[in-house]
Amino acid sequence: MNPTDRKYSKDHEWVLMDGSSKGVVGITKFAQDHLGDVVYLDLPKVGTKLAQFDKLGEVESVKAVSDIFSPVSGEIVEVNESLSGSPELVNEDPFGQGWLVHIETSDPSELDSLLTAEQYEAFLSDLPS
Amino acid sequence: MNSENLRRTALYQTHVDLGARIVPFAGWEMPLEYSGILDETKAVRTRAGIFDVSHMGRLYISGSDAASLLDWVVTAGAASLRLGRARYAMICNEAGGIIDDTVFYRLDDESYLLVCNAGNRNEVMALLDRWVQERFGGASVDDRTLSTAMIAFQGPEGAAGLDGLCGGSASGLRPFASAQCQVASRSALIGRTGYTGEDGFELIADACDAPAIWDTLMDAGGSPCGLGSRDVLRLEAGLALHGHDITPETTPIEAGLGRYVQLDKEFVGAEVLRRQSAEGTRRRLVGLVVEGKRIPREGYAVHGNGEAVGTITSGSISPSLDRNIALAYVLEGFSTPGQQVQVDIRGQMAEGVVTPLPFYSRKGGG
Repeated sequence: MNPTDRKYSKDHEWVLMDGSSKGVVGITKFAQDHLGDVVYLDLPKVGTKLAQFDKLGEVESVKAVSDIFSPVSGEIVEVNESLSGSPELVNEDPFGQGWLVHIETSDPSELDSLLTAEQYEAFLSDLPS
Repeated sequence: MNSENLRRTALYQTHVDLGARIVPFAGWEMPLEYSGILDETKAVRTRAGIFDVSHMGRLYISGSDAASLLDWVVTAGAASLRLGRARYAMICNEAGGIIDDTVFYRLDDESYLLVCNAGNRNEVMALLDRWVQERFGGASVDDRTLSTAMIAFQGPEGAAGLDGLCGGSASGLRPFASAQCQVASRSALIGRTGYTGEDGFELIADACDAPAIWDTLMDAGGSPCGLGSRDVLRLEAGLALHGHDITPETTPIEAGLGRYVQLDKEFVGAEVLRRQSAEGTRRRLVGLVVEGKRIPREGYAVHGNGEAVGTITSGSISPSLDRNIALAYVLEGFSTPGQQVQVDIRGQMAEGVVTPLPFYSRKGGG
């Protein structure tokens, strides 16, 4: 169920590289399932520079607010503007239209520290229910 | 998470089969949501929703001292309650602090049902037992929480839907009235009560009959709803939640619930409440409507004139109003409707305004 074309963090974010140094970042289906209805996202401005696992923003659901962490280091080059009017896209299509930001990565080797889809699923199955 | 010691209601398997997200709550495994909190909230506001509230305590009090015991323990009148009617009240400690809040029903001359919060059931039971021992030996208390089930059926289409199942006896009930009825050929006590701000009913039946009654209510158009939407609905309706908005450290007067306190009778905590009622209190529970998209949540500080003047006790997005809403204790001088305040939402101030409760009122309702 988790696409195999991208890498995953243990904080339930994903990053999909575009073949160069640019990546798209979002949260996983597992994450949105646990959050429930997403009603607001606090995302960084274009130009913000982040180190790997820095706080990228906040996702607010009816139940709770959670931090989102950047799976890679780099600079934010685009933010998904449609989420401000339609935050539910994160619930409906977390791996697609519910993407959060595009990031120009500064250290592609960081991708090696992230999980493959298979490893992420193994990680999920070991989580306490 | 260790779930071994958690109880399951008679409807647990029904929830699992419906795909509910189950969470631990007050010692029980309860459904948090099925289709989603926003969807379920809308179902209750526009059609009808079904909630399993079997985790709540159901304590049956009977005997020649039943009315006297209740009158001593709860803030509202018990002996004065007419047969077949119910009342909201609080149970206080000597300092007037709220041990629990309750809806109690008069079932017969010498028979009452007291519904209490799941997390407070043991404490309320112990308190009742103590007063039976000490003062009201002609009363007995029977905790039937585990042998019965309780289902709430709430929403504008609830009355018509339930009428079809019980021979039309639901819509004839006035608010806070109750009657013993047949629902889907099973015996149930139906009360026109609830915790959503909508017209609605609560049904109490034998635990073994609960799955059949639940299925029948779904067939009658009810959407399954969990604790998540219940919390949003009650907050929109301005209804306090024990353990959050009301606690043993807060009193009914501070909480703005003085109308549920009969000050001219003797009961535990009455002296303090009479004094507070006459002299006022330092803080008050108020409703806040908060600007912006970030949700004001429990524990966030409320500021006024540049100083901390209170604390949020419950907060949520209100899907019915499309605003963020909260309940908060604030200093009395900041409790007047229209008062501007600021809420510290994780380091950023959001503008708020004190707003009369309830935030949401159903059309034509009271």
